[in-house]
Amino acid sequence: MSSLADLSIAAAAAGLRAGEFTARELTAAVHRRAAMTEAHLHAYLAIDHEGALAAADAADEELADGRDRGPLHGIPIAVKDNMCTRGLTTTAASQILAGYRPPYDATAVARLRTAGAVIIGKTNLDEFAMGSSTENSAYGPTRNPWNTDTVPGGSSGGSAAAVAAGSAFGAFGSDTGGSIRQPAALTGTVGVKPTYGRVSRYGLIAFASSLDQIGPMARSVEDAADLLTAVAGWDRLDATSYREEAPDVRRSLATGVFGLRIGIVTEMMGEGIEPEVAGAVRSMADRLAGAGAELSEVSLPASEYALSAYYLIAPAECSANLARFDGVRYGPRVEGATTEEMMARTRAAGFGPEVIRRVLLGTYALSAGYYDAFYGQAQKVRTLVRGDFAAAYQHVDVLVSPTSPTTAFPVGAKVDDPIAMYYNDVCTIPSNLSGDPAMSVPIGLDGAGLPVGFHIMAPALAEDRMFQVAAEVERLADFTVRPALATDEVRLP
Amino acid sequence: MTWESVIGLETHVELQTASKMFCGCPVDFGDDPNTATCPVCLALPGALPVVNEAAIEGILSIGAALQCTLTESSLFYRKNYFYPDLPKNYQISQYTFPLCLGGHLDVDVNGTQTTVGITRVHMEEDTGKSLHVGASGRIDAAEHTLLDFNRAGVPLVEIVTEPDIRSADQARAYGIELQRVIRSLGVSDARLEEGSMRFDANISIRPTGSSELGTRTEVKNVNSLRSLQRAIAFEIERQIGVLEDGGSVNQETRHWDEDQGATVAMRSKEESEDYRYFQEPDLLPLRVDAEWQERVHAALPELPSAARARFVATGVDVRTADLLIDSEGLGALFDAAVAAGADARTAGIWLTGEVVAYLRREDVAAAETGLTANDLAELSAMTGDGRLSATAAKEVLGAVLAGEGSPEAVAEVRDLIQVSDHGAIEDAVAAVITEHPDAFAKLADGDMKPIGFLVGQVMRSTGGKADPRVVQEVLRHKAGL
Repeated sequence: MSSLADLSIAAAAAGLRAGEFTARELTAAVHRRAAMTEAHLHAYLAIDHEGALAAADAADEELADGRDRGPLHGIPIAVKDNMCTRGLTTTAASQILAGYRPPYDATAVARLRTAGAVIIGKTNLDEFAMGSSTENSAYGPTRNPWNTDTVPGGSSGGSAAAVAAGSAFGAFGSDTGGSIRQPAALTGTVGVKPTYGRVSRYGLIAFASSLDQIGPMARSVEDAADLLTAVAGWDRLDATSYREEAPDVRRSLATGVFGLRIGIVTEMMGEGIEPEVAGAVRSMADRLAGAGAELSEVSLPASEYALSAYYLIAPAECSANLARFDGVRYGPRVEGATTEEMMARTRAAGFGPEVIRRVLLGTYALSAGYYDAFYGQAQKVRTLVRGDFAAAYQHVDVLVSPTSPTTAFPVGAKVDDPIAMYYNDVCTIPSNLSGDPAMSVPIGLDGAGLPVGFHIMAPALAEDRMFQVAAEVERLADFTVRPALATDEVRLP
Repeated sequence: MTWESVIGLETHVELQTASKMFCGCPVDFGDDPNTATCPVCLALPGALPVVNEAAIEGILSIGAALQCTLTESSLFYRKNYFYPDLPKNYQISQYTFPLCLGGHLDVDVNGTQTTVGITRVHMEEDTGKSLHVGASGRIDAAEHTLLDFNRAGVPLVEIVTEPDIRSADQARAYGIELQRVIRSLGVSDARLEEGSMRFDANISIRPTGSSELGTRTEVKNVNSLRSLQRAIAFEIERQIGVLEDGGSVNQETRHWDEDQGATVAMRSKEESEDYRYFQEPDLLPLRVDAEWQERVHAALPELPSAARARFVATGVDVRTADLLIDSEGLGALFDAAVAAGADARTAGIWLTGEVVAYLRREDVAAAETGLTANDLAELSAMTGDGRLSATAAKEVLGAVLAGEGSPEAVAEVRDLIQVSDHGAIEDAVAAVITEHPDAFAKLADGDMKPIGFLVGQVMRSTGGKADPRVVQEVLRHKAGL
């Protein structure tokens, strides 16, 4: 390892307690890495140098005093810029929140602080998390550390790139239709979408409230487990958060998959999936069978309609969620002759084209006379998708598929073709519609040297079973290669 | 042709819970602007609503009092429209599956019993307040608008009637009775002038005997019961005028202009908003199980209809009964006074006359005066046995209210006890007869004219303390009448 910045969270935690280095040194290492990589990647919208160093010093003092907050104590973590951080700009990558500093921490952020984590900064995303490439950011795109001519996926592309490049030990993203898992797949990192309601959404700037879920991104399954545990659990400020205690996912990491019934989703292995990706997934499934799992093919027939349903439900909810950005109470304002005109001008100037497209789509889908044909119909599909999963889990313990139909694609390749862009989430969206947990684990590189992600889906609240499989996939894949850009050395062009 | 009016009312009531509907901010209208606010009620990015259970208790008690079915599972919806004092630019409300369905309220309209059906009672949140600064105070001419979000998110209950109301008088009577019910439950002060109770009226007319509904208008901004009555009466006459002139009524929203005494068109149906209702994804369906419903019913206080029936049974009239219900603390004082032995009718007259007048004049509550139930019983006994005249009793009551002491003590100090002892009065009468033999002789001959003079003489000689009824009785007896 060339730098402290490349350690796993577990290794860094051990080193801190052994006195090999300090939290300040870990934070400084991450700052150094970011100083090298940010010019190429633009993973961050804001890096809080002073705040992070102060938090690191406090963490060091506490450890010296014998106060240990657990696995994340003193560990530098990045947070997607759609999660509110008290006093630290939070823009959701939109001009409409330019310079906005929230007066409160999102529950997940507050829990990270309580766990002793050092918040490094705020990572880039597609504006309001609407996109699959992080090209929709109002502040410029993020690039993939494996090949800066390609996208890191999205919308949590900044978090994914930072973790892959070593400018954070771990990060948090949000996943509405695949926004954690797809960028994890495209950057060779582990990305987890927990059960809907497992992590409080309080302080997460809403895109589609019934689908949004916060989750961790990390360089190992074990690190992801520690990150998830720090933020999971009931929050009285989120009425949709689960009261049930989160399972101890760390305990299931060494269990193995012997006797576990694993279903490969037929609809996610054929048409539209890059053969090289499908082949890698098939091969990993076979190796899981070799490790004692019972492998079968499972059909989720309604998943054919899931993408269409998603692109009605998510825009419908976002059309209401984004209504509050009106220039009245916060954010930049464009004046007008009347209040109505001021609001309209502010929104027209503040929102980017993809956001406007989805707000219009959602407004239309909810309109009188169209509701039944669009939003109502989409809700029925959602019920069918849930039914498919319920039926499948009668016969298997987990489902697997590719995370993304392709590996990382070139910057600009899909910006003018929204439908092609939306298709990125074809394997991930069903889990958002059902609310079940799912995660992506890297299993290798394709012929172009770009990572392939393996998608594991589990029944609601069964994150422990999902992590059990993920840990085995990680062992079998033995994916230890890092992107060339993950270095503190000066790179020559 | 004669016309029948068809009226339905929508009533909004702000609940006076400790905190707002979806956050922990206090419900308090005395605060400086924008101090009772937080990320949730200001709709800051990322904030989420959480249902205030106390508000649900409040609306359930209203629903139960209006004989509604309390639904076991109800849903919240987003009602989408842009307005600067609506922070989220959607209101969390209910749509299909409200908390309470299908009740009724019995309403006395000038002595006639009527029943108004309740379609639904649902829960929503209030908006902030806009203050338009500029020439006319209207939004379109304002130079700028100031916003106060203290009211944003205050629990708001909407009570919707069936189109069962047939007159402006009935609408007003419904408003008054509903206000009594809300106040008896203690969930809101239901004050129209302060906006904690607000009415919208849907009005249409049709030929008498027709079963079809005419085109309706909705009248908003009605902020007193008198305005409600006037606005409806005006709108009925206006619609009759339109139809009798061969025109047709436009389906539109109209604004009651108090100064003009008229309704004014605001916006037509074509311009009306499409609220794009959809289920609120930030909140789970609300479950009110049988046990909770039972608790709500068990906790209901005596409702105005029951109190009225009980008061009337003691002998007071309906008007007095309503006054006892309407003035806080008087009903309980009445009950206690009757229990202590006071004559119900007399106690009712005093409480709704002298006592109410005193409370209003001094702006105090019944409990803050010197008057107790025992005082009323004592006073009742003193008039009953003739020791106090009706006039003297009122004077004593005033002094007791002012804290001068018990009725006995006051009457003693003020020397108001009537002499009704026959022996003493007979002596006084005998003395007057001796002084005025001619007048008495006329009386003895059956000429009643001098009786007033003779009674007056006795009253004068006794310093006004003789009971005039007894004096007259003694005089008649002595004259052999």
